[in-house]
Amino acid sequence: MSTEAEIDVRDGYAEKYGFHDTEQHVFKSRKGLDRDIVQQISKLKGEPEWMLEYRLKALDLFESKPMPTWGGDVAAIDFQDIYYYVKPTSEEAKSWEDVPEDMKRTFDKLGIPEAEQKFLAGVGAQYDSEVVYHKIKESLEKQGVIFLSMDQGLKDHPELVKQYFGTVIPSSDNKFAALNSAVWSGGSFIYVPKGVQVDVPLQAYFRINTKDMGQFERTLIIVDEDAYVHYVEGCTAPIHSSDSLHSAVVEIVVKKGGRCRYTTIQNWSNNVYNLVTKRAVAYANATMEWVDGNLGSKLTMKYPAIYMMEPGAHGEVLSIAFAGKGQHQDAGAKAVHCAPNTSSTIISKSISKDGGRAGYRGLVKVMKGAVDCRSTVNCDALILDEHSRSDTYPYMEIEEDKVTIGHEATVSKIGDEQLFYLMARGIPEDEAAAMIVSGFIEPIVKELPMEYAVEMNRLIQLQMEGSVG
Amino acid sequence: MNGDLVVKDLHVSVEGKEILKGLSLTVNKGEVHAIMGPNGSGKSTFANTLMGHPKYEVTSGEILFKGESILEMETDERARAGLFMAFQYPVAIPGLTFGSFLRAALNARLAPTAGEDGKMPTKKGIPPKEFRDLMRKHMTELRMDEKFATRYLNDGFSGGEKKRAEILQMAMLKPEIAIMDETDSGLDIDALKIVSEGVNTLAGPNLGVIVITHYNRILNYIKPHRIHVMKDGRIQATGGPELALELEQRGYDWVREEVAAR
Repeated sequence: MSTEAEIDVRDGYAEKYGFHDTEQHVFKSRKGLDRDIVQQISKLKGEPEWMLEYRLKALDLFESKPMPTWGGDVAAIDFQDIYYYVKPTSEEAKSWEDVPEDMKRTFDKLGIPEAEQKFLAGVGAQYDSEVVYHKIKESLEKQGVIFLSMDQGLKDHPELVKQYFGTVIPSSDNKFAALNSAVWSGGSFIYVPKGVQVDVPLQAYFRINTKDMGQFERTLIIVDEDAYVHYVEGCTAPIHSSDSLHSAVVEIVVKKGGRCRYTTIQNWSNNVYNLVTKRAVAYANATMEWVDGNLGSKLTMKYPAIYMMEPGAHGEVLSIAFAGKGQHQDAGAKAVHCAPNTSSTIISKSISKDGGRAGYRGLVKVMKGAVDCRSTVNCDALILDEHSRSDTYPYMEIEEDKVTIGHEATVSKIGDEQLFYLMARGIPEDEAAAMIVSGFIEPIVKELPMEYAVEMNRLIQLQMEGSVG
Repeated sequence: MNGDLVVKDLHVSVEGKEILKGLSLTVNKGEVHAIMGPNGSGKSTFANTLMGHPKYEVTSGEILFKGESILEMETDERARAGLFMAFQYPVAIPGLTFGSFLRAALNARLAPTAGEDGKMPTKKGIPPKEFRDLMRKHMTELRMDEKFATRYLNDGFSGGEKKRAEILQMAMLKPEIAIMDETDSGLDIDALKIVSEGVNTLAGPNLGVIVITHYNRILNYIKPHRIHVMKDGRIQATGGPELALELEQRGYDWVREEVAAR
């Protein structure tokens, strides 16, 4: 993928996230993808036979599926020019002291150990293909909460993994889900037992370091009856002159009366293709909430989905997409009502500036027989200048009459009058624009835990610095 | 020419159309001036030009503030230098609370390097508690509910609330010259009184005020030292408080005739 570098070094990104460590890894597969590579990955991981077969079948599916021609432009991705597996360390550490110095320094710089001490119940840190650090609070472990890397999860809980893996998102779902299923590595495995409330968030942090790298983490979360968990993921990468690929699969099962909130603050560098499949199934009276913040990447295609399987299930997607120069955020949501009396809310806020393109692509589907469903979709777009673009593609497939569906969409431009008003009070233009943008996304940001709300606003400021005028 | 604010033969165009055609005016701290005139005479154009709205193009003339030309200064720099405009139509910014907006405005002023190189101010600014106390004090004076601080800026504010919010900003930002663009429009008598009281309280040796108005009812509450009559982009007549009465009785048309006859 060493095409020419059309990268906008977002002001401040280079310094704060865009640095990279000297490559040091214990294993790096050759470039390219074929059966040998898949077999090699599986062997190195010491996986059971069924997983190898699963991977190989997925590889066939990947090869047989055409590239998507909708959404963003993925034609430039050269699948043979990617490193599919880069193993950074020989094993996962349970203490930051045991993480190699370079990597530890990276995560220190990103503030992960500090956040862990202050307000998290558990942390996983993935560096290239593998999780290098993983830890959960003892008190949760004692209650039976499992929070492991996906690889460790497969080793320690093979039956549980086998029962759910690939059931929410089959490999055949789409080309990139098939790709992930073939070469997945890392990600999180979470199980929250019946009735257990994990009241502080678990966090995973994903870092790509190696050039021309593909990161394919795989996450599976099972929230048992009446249990609750909030999982947060953050991601950054160095600025390289060629492109990287991040293609994750996230599967979530929320059982009767359970609740899961999944928060993403995606801040990839502008050379990362971010093509992710995220889907949850929610059973009776269960609640699934996706809070999805997309600030970075070259192209993001991501539509977190909720399938409401039984009566009383509720789904919510709060999505923010921010596209700057050279960026395309094709973000959105899917709410599928498979049972009566289920409800969903989708709120999308997209911002585009400096020629960036941000949009909402969403589907609300009500199956035959799913009466008394309610769904509300709100998409607001803010366009910061005339070079930028916003798209809204709200799809509705309603097969039942007795339902309540609402949809509202607005597009606004950042007002000269708003800027003038703030500047007339002495506030510099950049800061004024950032304040307007922060105000625009406030309805979503206020849903975030305080630490992440602060981080979100800081990232917005960073995006806005030196950008107006 | 001496004066805290000196406007000399100012010509201003909007989208190629000349609106101000040689406006001259001098305002000092400690003075209250009123500019009166019919709709379309250029009053709001003058206020916006003073504040540096990008839509208004100064084609000739000069504006000196404290002896220095401000024509090359950005709006935010002018504000930090001590100019203030109370808006006729304050702009709503959903999601931005009035309190955090006001604090940012105050901090921008406290950190003089802010914005000079396109960067955000690095100084911490006014401590939160000190800010809250100061805001509360001013809010009480203007009979504003404290909850106001948590509402989104001008979003869903009533006409009276908007104007009071403007006065509150003026009180806290302590400008040296304030221009009030038809602050009296859309106010009921009670709100008008409160706003006028606010202006009267703030007026003093450290503040010069220019009140722009279409009606003269605000002049029942604010007593300007000088009254200027504006028409066709120029100040056509200047006088003491008695001029307001004359306008009341005779309307605006006589001004031009009289000027022409001179």
